[in-house]
Formats: sequence, C-alpha cells, structure tokens
Amino acid sequence: MTATEAPPQTTPLKAKQRLGDIVFSRTSLASGAAILVILALVAVFLIAQSLPALVVDPEKFIGSPPSLWDYVWPLVFGTLWSSALALAMALPLAVGIALFISHYAPRRLSQFLGYIIDLLAAVPSVVYGLWGIGVLAPAVLPAYAWLTENLGWIPLFSGPVSGTGRTILTASIVLGVMILPVMTAICREIFLQTPVLHEEAALALGATRWEMITMSVLPFGRPGIISGAMLGLGRALGETMAVAMVLSPTAIVSFALLQSTNPSTIAANIALSFPESYGVNVNLLIFTGLVLFVITLIVNSIARYIVNRRKDFSGAN
Amino acid sequence: MSKRIEVNDLNVYYGKFKAVEDVSMLIEPRSVTAFIGPSGCGKSTFIRTLNRMHEVIPGAYVEGQVLIDGDDLYGPGVDPVLVRRQVGMVFQRPNPFPTMSIRDNVLAGVKLNNRRISKSDADELVERSLRGANLWNEVKDRLERPGASISGGQQQRLCIARAIAVEPEVILMDEPCSALDPISTLAIEDLIEELKQDYTIVIVTHNMQQASRVSDRTAFFNIAGTGHPGKLIEYDDTRIIFSNPSVKATEDYVSGKFG
Ligand SMILES: Nc1ncnc2c1ncn2[C@@H]1O[C@H](COP(=O)(O)OP(=O)(O)O)[C@@H](O)[C@H]1O
Ligand SMILES: [Mg+2]
Repeated sequence: MTATEAPPQTTPLKAKQRLGDIVFSRTSLASGAAILVILALVAVFLIAQSLPALVVDPEKFIGSPPSLWDYVWPLVFGTLWSSALALAMALPLAVGIALFISHYAPRRLSQFLGYIIDLLAAVPSVVYGLWGIGVLAPAVLPAYAWLTENLGWIPLFSGPVSGTGRTILTASIVLGVMILPVMTAICREIFLQTPVLHEEAALALGATRWEMITMSVLPFGRPGIISGAMLGLGRALGETMAVAMVLSPTAIVSFALLQSTNPSTIAANIALSFPESYGVNVNLLIFTGLVLFVITLIVNSIARYIVNRRKDFSGAN
Repeated sequence: MSKRIEVNDLNVYYGKFKAVEDVSMLIEPRSVTAFIGPSGCGKSTFIRTLNRMHEVIPGAYVEGQVLIDGDDLYGPGVDPVLVRRQVGMVFQRPNPFPTMSIRDNVLAGVKLNNRRISKSDADELVERSLRGANLWNEVKDRLERPGASISGGQQQRLCIARAIAVEPEVILMDEPCSALDPISTLAIEDLIEELKQDYTIVIVTHNMQQASRVSDRTAFFNIAGTGHPGKLIEYDDTRIIFSNPSVKATEDYVSGKFG
C-alpha cells in the first residue's frame, strides 16, 4: 500500500438480515439442539433409574446372581456375539448385491432389485421373528446336525445339536436378513456415486471390470460401506422382537452356535423380563439398557474413527 | 515399442445417434498427431475408439476398422482389456486414484491381473516412470503421500507416469492441459516432445498454438450442426494445416474465424 491511501470508508457495508436466512438458521439450530436434548434426557433417565440397581445387594435380583456383572455380562456377550455374526454374514452379501445392482445388472433388472430390497426393509420385525421360528429353524436343522457331526471338532460347531434349530446362529441369520436391506441400500447409493473419472482411469489401464471395482469403486465407497455396516450393526444390537421370539435364553457365555443353550441379548431380555419384573429388577433391566446405550455409542465412535483415519486418501477433496 | 494406427471407414455411435462418421486416417509410429475442431465435433468420441474406451458407455458401439500394426482392435475375440494395455490414455481432468499413494498410482496398471513384481523392480519402475513424466524430482520425497495431494499439473504428469509404466505402444491424450495453468501446460508439452521418441502419441487439443507446437500431423474435425455426425475434414502435416490448408473450413478454424 502507498502512503496516499484512500480514506477509510465512512459508511461501512452492513450485512442485511434476510427473513429466509434467519428462519432457516434458527430452525436448523433448534433441530440440532433438540437431538442433543433428547439424547441427554434419555441418558439422564437411564442413569437415574439404573442407580438403585448399582447399590442394592445382588441377592435381591431375579436368579440371585453373585454380582451385578454376572447378570449383565452374558447379555452383553450375547448381544455382541449375535450382532457380530449377523454383520459377518450380511455385510459381504450386502456389498455383493449392491455391486451387482450398481455395476453388473442391466438397468431394468437393477431397478427391480432395488425395489425388492427397499420392500424388505419395510417388513416389521415380528414377521421376521415368525419366519425365524416357523420356517428358518426347521429348515436349517439338518444342516446343523451335519455341521456338529462333521465339523464338531471346531468349537463353534460343537454338539450336542439343538433339537429345535432355535439357536443363536438362527437368531443371527434372522438379524442378518433384517439388516441386509439398509446396508444394501446405502452401499448401492455410494457405489453409484463413484466418479466416472476414476472408473475410467482403471479401465484405461487395462483393468477388468472386477479390477476396476477393487481399484476405484470399493475404495471410494469405503466410508459408505462402513456407515452402512454401523447402521446395520446398530439395528442388530437393538433388535428386540426377532431375537426374543427365536431364542430360548440361558444366562451363559458360549461361542457355540448350534447348541440348545444360548445367551440372550440385552434388548430381547428386557422385552421378555419386563412384564414380570418388580422393584429393583426393573432398575436392573434399565441398567442393562444403559449398557446397550453405551455399547452403541462406542460402536459408532469406532466407526467414525475408522472413517476419519484415512481422510487424506478418501478422495473427498 | 511404438506402432502405426490405421483407421478405415469408422462410424461411431451412441445408441441410435451417430456421433462420428466415416473417418479414415493413418497415424505413423513415433509421431504426435493432434485432433482439433470445434466443441462437440466428436474428437473425444473418436479418440476413445482407439483404445476401445468408447464401448464402456452403455449402448455405444462402432462400425469399421482400427488396425494397430495390422491387427484389428475390433476383430472377433479381441479382448478390450488387452487393447487398453497396449494403448494408454490420459484424460482431460487429472484422475489419479485418490485412495492410493503416489507410488501405488504409478504401479496401479502394472499390478493388474495379479502380476507380481518384486520390491526392487517396483522401486526401479516407479523411478523410471516418474522420471519419464518429468515428475521424479518433485515427488521423490513423498511417494507415500496420497495421489491427490499434489498440484493439478503434477497430478496430470502422475497420470502420464501411470500410463507409461505399463509400457504401451500408443498414448492417447484428451485435452490433457485444459484443466491446467500455463506453466503446467508447458511442462506437459515438453514431456510430449520427449515421449515422442518412444511412443505414438495422439492428442486432442482446443489450443491452436499447442497443436502447432507439439504435433507433426494435425487432423481437423468439424460438424455440420447439432445432431449431425462429426467428420474428418482435413488431415495433413501440421505445418500445412496451419499455413496452407486445402479446405476453407480448416483455414477459417485455424485462423480463429469460428470454433
Ligand atoms: N456419453 C454420451 N452419450 C451420448 N452422446 C454423447 C456422449 N458423449 C458425447 N456425446 C455426443 O457426441 C458428440 C461428440 O461429442 P464429443 O466427442 O465429446 O465432442 P468433442 O470432444 O469434440 O467436444 C456430441 O454431440 C455429444 O453430445
Ligand atoms: Mg472433448
């Protein structure tokens, strides 16, 4: 700047407040705040109602467990184990279906398939539970028997096999089917958004279609796949009816998939036990709800961490 | 390493729409051929038929022949994947793989089809390709950084390095400088001059000076109007196209009267 500078502007430009902007910014602020308030209220309720269960003598709980953790731990285990199984089965399938819809199927067929998937998402969970008991459990019995006989030396498949087929594996399959639609829908959306630029970069190097997918579509879709998996996992962790209907629970911690004694899940246990609970047992159930709340929070934070970790390489710039 | 390209009576379609009509031309090895012409006349469409990238678009197909050293790219049983290894391509917008490091970007084509390559061979190839693309000195200290972390001009040279790493016979470039600043553009033009020693190069450009600076031969394409197919109007030595073209439309275009 030179010494003969223009005199400072005497009438500074004042930002004009427009009604539309004000309304919009206030509404979005209020919505954002409402989420936090609701979350806080839920947390406060859970913590306040859990406190009595933390201080009381565990002898007073149903089944007189030696300690609070002896009651909660099998449920936590069952919840994580069944959800992990469901995710392990459903995620590869969801990615596969989404890839088929986005990159392999002719346009007509892919629209039809997309429609079917969305329809699956609208089926209420009670129906899945009924399907699990009535159709799936009897259908998988022979397969379970075969697995225990021939692969029984693997602890996962150790016998004796359940006589009803209503095992944690069956419940996990039902959960997997339930979380499949939302995961597929999210993966499909993100795969369709892969920049043509990157797909063509791979093809022009002489990539086959599958190599193109591994070089450009999957890396680009990775955050979406993880988000989809977390949404699915969240649903599986909290799913109540399907598990409550399929499993007849025992308070055990066991990885065995095919036996008749299976751990229950937190949500299913609350649904099954709540009607007959009284006094401090209600607080106990609410405490397990608090644990589920915390587990879900942790799962989501891990997902965030994974998505953010390789941000430099995400191509979102 | 470089090969001659012969195009015979090529028609190029997007579904029912004929985008390019009846092109025949001969491109000599170790030369630079520029395609010029107004927007929409089918330069990109045509250049993409030379490595079978055109058919990637649903409904797109060609009629006619493209021979590379006598072998028809569109002959029965020819695998487009193998064609694209022989004929590399650089796009208008730099498109390094954002999820890969600079090093992995260079190696991307080499590692396709499960081909294995030892660490030392890979290091050597990365250095050779990046040197070939005049990029080595700028990135040698950050080979593990993401491919998208360098400037646009560097990204485009990275894409060239990635293309030459697979040792193609021909390199196609579709307006490789149109998204770049003047300095980066000059860097790429110098590079084209060097690459000509080893490769047959075909470049689409909007920039008349660029065509006259870098190319040996120039093809002028034109279009009668929207909805009509683009046609090859004139194809000759660059010197002649820019000084003494035989078609009036060419003269009007290179002298800036339209386009
Ligand atoms: N993917 C596409 N589908 C249908 N028509 C296309 C497609 N790409 C280009 N075209 C049409 O083909 C003609 C030639 O386009 P293009 O090859 O991109 O021209 P240029 O590169 O010379 O500007 C244009 O009429 C354009 O609208
Ligand atoms: Mg173009």
